[in-house]
Amino acid sequence: MTDLTDLTIAEARDKLAAREISARDLTKAAIDAMEGARALNAFVTETPDRALAMADEADKRLASGDAQPMTGIPVAVKDLFCTKDVRTTAGSHMLEPFTPPYESTVTANLWANGAVMIGKANMDEFAMGSSNESSYFGAVKNPWRLGDTDLVPGGSSGGSVAAIAARIAQGATGSDTGGSIRQPAAFTGTVGLKPTYGRCSRYGMVAFASSLDQAGPLTRTVRDSAIMLGAMAGYDAKDSTSVDTPIPDYEKALTGDIRGLKIGIPKEYHSDDTPKEIEALWQQGKEWLREAGAEIVDISLPHTRFALPTYYIVAPAEASSNLARYDGVRYGHRATLEKGDDLNEMYEATRAEGFGAEVIRRIMIGTYVLSAGYYDAYYLKAQKLRTLIADDFHKAYEKVDVILTPTTPNPAFAVGAKLDPIAMYYNDVFTVPASLAGLPGISVPAGLSSDGLPLGLQILGRAFDEETVLKVADVMEQAAGFTARPGVWWK
Amino acid sequence: MNKDMSNKYIIKGATGDWEIVVGLEIHAQVTSNAKLFSGASTEFGSEPNSNVSLVDAAFPGMLPVINGECVRQAVRTGLALGAEINKFSRFDRKNYFYADLPQGYQISQFAHPIVGEGEVVVELEGGITKTIGIERLHLEQDAGKSIHDQHPSFTLVDLNRSGVALMEIVSKPDMRSPEEAGAYLRKIRTLLRYIGSCDGNMEQGSMRADVNVSVRRSGEPFGTRCEIKNVNSVRFVMQAIDYEARRQVDILEDGGTIDQETRLFDPGKGETRSMRSKEEAHDYRYFPDPDLLPLEFDDAFIDEARESLPELPDAKLARFVGEWGLPAYNAATLVGEKESALWFEDLMGHLVKQTGKPAEAIASRASNWMLSDLFGHLNKVGKSLTDSPVSAEQGAKLLALVLDDTISGSAAKDVLDDMIETGRDPAVIVEEKGLKQVSDTGALEAMVDKIMEANPAQVAQFREGKTKVLGFFVGQVMKESRGQANPAVVNKILAEKLKG
Amino acid sequence: MSVDKATVKRIANLARFRIEDERLEPLAGELNNILDWIEQLSQVDTDGVKPMTSVVDHALHWRADEVTDGGKRDAILSNAPASEFGFFAVPKVIE
Repeated sequence: MTDLTDLTIAEARDKLAAREISARDLTKAAIDAMEGARALNAFVTETPDRALAMADEADKRLASGDAQPMTGIPVAVKDLFCTKDVRTTAGSHMLEPFTPPYESTVTANLWANGAVMIGKANMDEFAMGSSNESSYFGAVKNPWRLGDTDLVPGGSSGGSVAAIAARIAQGATGSDTGGSIRQPAAFTGTVGLKPTYGRCSRYGMVAFASSLDQAGPLTRTVRDSAIMLGAMAGYDAKDSTSVDTPIPDYEKALTGDIRGLKIGIPKEYHSDDTPKEIEALWQQGKEWLREAGAEIVDISLPHTRFALPTYYIVAPAEASSNLARYDGVRYGHRATLEKGDDLNEMYEATRAEGFGAEVIRRIMIGTYVLSAGYYDAYYLKAQKLRTLIADDFHKAYEKVDVILTPTTPNPAFAVGAKLDPIAMYYNDVFTVPASLAGLPGISVPAGLSSDGLPLGLQILGRAFDEETVLKVADVMEQAAGFTARPGVWWK
Repeated sequence: MNKDMSNKYIIKGATGDWEIVVGLEIHAQVTSNAKLFSGASTEFGSEPNSNVSLVDAAFPGMLPVINGECVRQAVRTGLALGAEINKFSRFDRKNYFYADLPQGYQISQFAHPIVGEGEVVVELEGGITKTIGIERLHLEQDAGKSIHDQHPSFTLVDLNRSGVALMEIVSKPDMRSPEEAGAYLRKIRTLLRYIGSCDGNMEQGSMRADVNVSVRRSGEPFGTRCEIKNVNSVRFVMQAIDYEARRQVDILEDGGTIDQETRLFDPGKGETRSMRSKEEAHDYRYFPDPDLLPLEFDDAFIDEARESLPELPDAKLARFVGEWGLPAYNAATLVGEKESALWFEDLMGHLVKQTGKPAEAIASRASNWMLSDLFGHLNKVGKSLTDSPVSAEQGAKLLALVLDDTISGSAAKDVLDDMIETGRDPAVIVEEKGLKQVSDTGALEAMVDKIMEANPAQVAQFREGKTKVLGFFVGQVMKESRGQANPAVVNKILAEKLKG
Repeated sequence: MSVDKATVKRIANLARFRIEDERLEPLAGELNNILDWIEQLSQVDTDGVKPMTSVVDHALHWRADEVTDGGKRDAILSNAPASEFGFFAVPKVIE
């Protein structure tokens, strides 16, 4: 019998439906794998008892013929999705003691579909980071290593991708604000899909930047991504920015037929700084799609290079306001006070202790760009740039159906290697533009670097056209035939 | 119809005259079942933190969803203020930290309010009116409540009010006296109560005002203003303005300058004082709330809101005066409160039906009766119209008895006393107490003849020109009739017969 | 535009962070690096460009005026660092 943890969601679903395996066995295998992989530090909180209880429920559903696509599938939940009665930390000391009395809509949808939660995945603090080193609960290690050197898994959904790449869970939830699903997927040889803004509800998801945050699935295959998105997505009256459009059967979109589709290649994504092997992989991706019958079209997204600085105004500005609620009054950390300390001293001590360096840095930047006298020069300017960046995409989509780019400008790097914040920010240079425009994007593992590390290619689509994105990604995945796996060193 | 005029209000300083400039920001709680962005109740006086949702307490990942009724009420209020309604508006975040502000920001409308410029006409002493400009009206969230004096070491926080919908109505700096500010505040309260968008209850805090006051020499540009926060009665607003203006004049006349600052009014001392100012100036960092989308509606929505409005006080006043011929003072007093205007209209409806007389022939009399007799008697027993034991229909019955001379005006007062005490019908009381007046000319003539015969000396006095003895004869007739003679008829008969 | 120690202090105060004096200078340096970098946006002519506040291009969905929430004081207070008599409790505020 093959190792149960090796099954994809689609395979496991079929075996569960055929009663070849039970949800309990599948879940037990996932729990064993999770407990055996603590060296990766992929989980902040493990929930084995709950997982087994959920698996038993799933088995009942399977027996009664009431199963949904995700019924009995073990998933890891990024620790910014609030889970009722299960601690939710957002990777922060601030929320270390926080147990929500409520459930996020995305996870509620997954549980309604029958999925099984095995634990809460580690992440960059408040999703601010591209390496998972900013977590209060310690860095997550990439299952892929360079010799004996530990690598970062990317961020901020680092624990989620590590759980997928290390064959712990079949699927994981992630959230993507500027690349936090796609970049770590590229770093770990996994598939990461950021849906259109408004596709998945943000209710119960700890906010980083409200106008950008979007939940999405992390899986091992494009098909799994399609299945899991279907179980996560949906209109939610509790989120005013949620969009009320029907959820198609995403798996049905995977026809393998992309003949006649137009694939845009944006010239601005070429850079002398991008390693040759990434440029070469991009070329290869073009060829795969051309061979499959798609038409390659050169396009221009002229404001691309302003996307990253635009993002680093918009996201911190919103974060500075979103994170004001962490004040030690109603939940979370409160600093130990000296006698006579007043409310203000409580705030200042609590927030200085509760937040890590990167979060404080971004809140400071965000506070500054919104402050009197600087609003127009920074925040308003960035909002206008955002319009220009989105317009670039709208114009491009008059000519093409999807856009193909590399996911990241580099493969995974060593833990502790990038100390300069701006150098770290450049990890998201290819993912941020679509985030600003609210568009869907997927990262598909497409090859290995010269060092043998996974590299991803990104496919971007029109708003609410995840179907075409998935269809093209599926074809590329088949063409790439990425089968490499990290050596198991963490057990 | 009225020319803008002003009762000039001047502060006489040692160095000359000063004019005061006042603008008001009125915070009015929107009448709604649920809060502006959550489904928690707005009920007043509940157990602490019982009307609180996870949204109101700003738990992680909680999101605002707007209550359509609050939008509708804001639009209705805008229409009642004769203001421009903005079909596109937006919510912004006003960022600051306070224990009873869970989100760390207040959701408000800064750049694009739902209602733009409008104006209201206020009535001042002596029948003078003045038009006060409205700058804007916007929707925003209320904060919770901090209680500082219930625990030795803690400030206690109750979030029941957190997220309740408020309308902030901002006036232009058009007021020039405490009286004008008081009249404006009363007028806004009246309007809100008429249309039912706010209960106007200042004691419970559902309406409060921030008062901006500055002083200047006549004709000079505006001076530096101070903002007096959270004043919660008309009287306090007027006192605060008066005190604050004099304080500013004293400073300026001593060669000082006014610091633009936020002040508090202490009703006990009748003074304003500076709020302990932090060294840091406020910087609210307004920006569009990314959790919300623009607020938009169409003309049909506005039309529907307009059609839902009742007759507004200005229109009612014009009708009372123009169609029913009420004295301006009576009309203004009656429309000043929605309850009294509606009660009066109800009274008139019954009265016209019962007497068959046209409204304009009896309205004046009815308004006098309501304002002096009814209000006076209710007042005596500590009651008001809302808990009046006398219904408008019963009031009309009583008035009808007076109008058709069944009872005298003085008997009517006794009957009203009884009605207020017992709630009985006036006809029953009149019958039981035998208060019907005698207007039968024949019976009264006989009575007069008899009295003149018995008092020849007084008849002679009258005919010699001492007409004052008429009172003696009236008194005799009333005595003879046991108070039931109609004095008007008696006077008429006596006048004729005494002349000889 | 460059931030100095005083500005860092003012911003930290607005954002409610206690920052030790010796951290002000290095933090000013870090913030300036980032601000200098985002300064490149000033090259772009954005005259007449509409600022984007949301990528979602429809209007707000309205809720009915119904009481559907509240009455969960225990849940609301369950994570509170300090509570007294059904209230949240914070260090005394001196007005």
